[in-house]
Amino acid sequence: MNRPNFTYEAEGWTLIVHLPEELDHHNCTGLKNETDLILSENYIKSIVFDFSKTKFMDSSGIGILLNRYKQMALSGGTVSIYGAGPQALRILKIGGILKLMKIYNSKEAAVKG
Amino acid sequence: MSEQNKTETLKMELEALSKNEEFARVAVAVFMARLNPTLEEVDDVKTAVSEAVTNAVIHGYKENGGIIYLEVVADGSRLAITVRDTGIGITDIKQAMEPMYTSDPAGERSGMGFSFMEAFMDQVEVKSAPGEGTAVTMKKKING
Repeated sequence: MNRPNFTYEAEGWTLIVHLPEELDHHNCTGLKNETDLILSENYIKSIVFDFSKTKFMDSSGIGILLNRYKQMALSGGTVSIYGAGPQALRILKIGGILKLMKIYNSKEAAVKG
Repeated sequence: MSEQNKTETLKMELEALSKNEEFARVAVAVFMARLNPTLEEVDDVKTAVSEAVTNAVIHGYKENGGIIYLEVVADGSRLAITVRDTGIGITDIKQAMEPMYTSDPAGERSGMGFSFMEAFMDQVEVKSAPGEGTAVTMKKKING
């Protein structure tokens, strides 16, 4: 049984990544390669991670976010987040992500930046 | 009333497949419900278990499979969880537990697994040696 994991959406030069309900090592496995592929084929200035469906995350998700942040920073791009619930926010805070990325309440606000 | 001081144990042997990371943390969450935890306490423990099991899958067994031994003891309001593997073991435990340290060559891991375990549990103890596997025991008092 394969649950669809990450879905992607583009708005202008922004890539929106819709994250799954459980953001752990198992579910993160495909994300790097899939995102790498999209980034290599499109001009992307910012990545927005959608946490609105995410009910659980652990440090695997922190690793993903940090990698994307470093990668985008090299080209002057940005990474931001919207829709993070209480569990995710606690993990993001402890993981130091809140110091690096902006958190928005809606997709529209995140895309607008 | 008489149930309050009994020690209750859960023991599970799981294949070290990444799909079992979720299963392990949910199983522990369901088991600990008998201690009447708050939602936050359940999240804390789920995250800590997820980190320890993921470490066994990725590092202990290098994603080649093996068996993970999970033991959870509920004693009054105290929870003690041990995640054990018979994998490659840790050469330098102190270094492994440093925040941000990771032995992952691909650079995808944050190195924060142990930091999260320590943030969410009251006590974390690691017993390991090269070639002798690893046992991580985490304790938490559940206040509810």
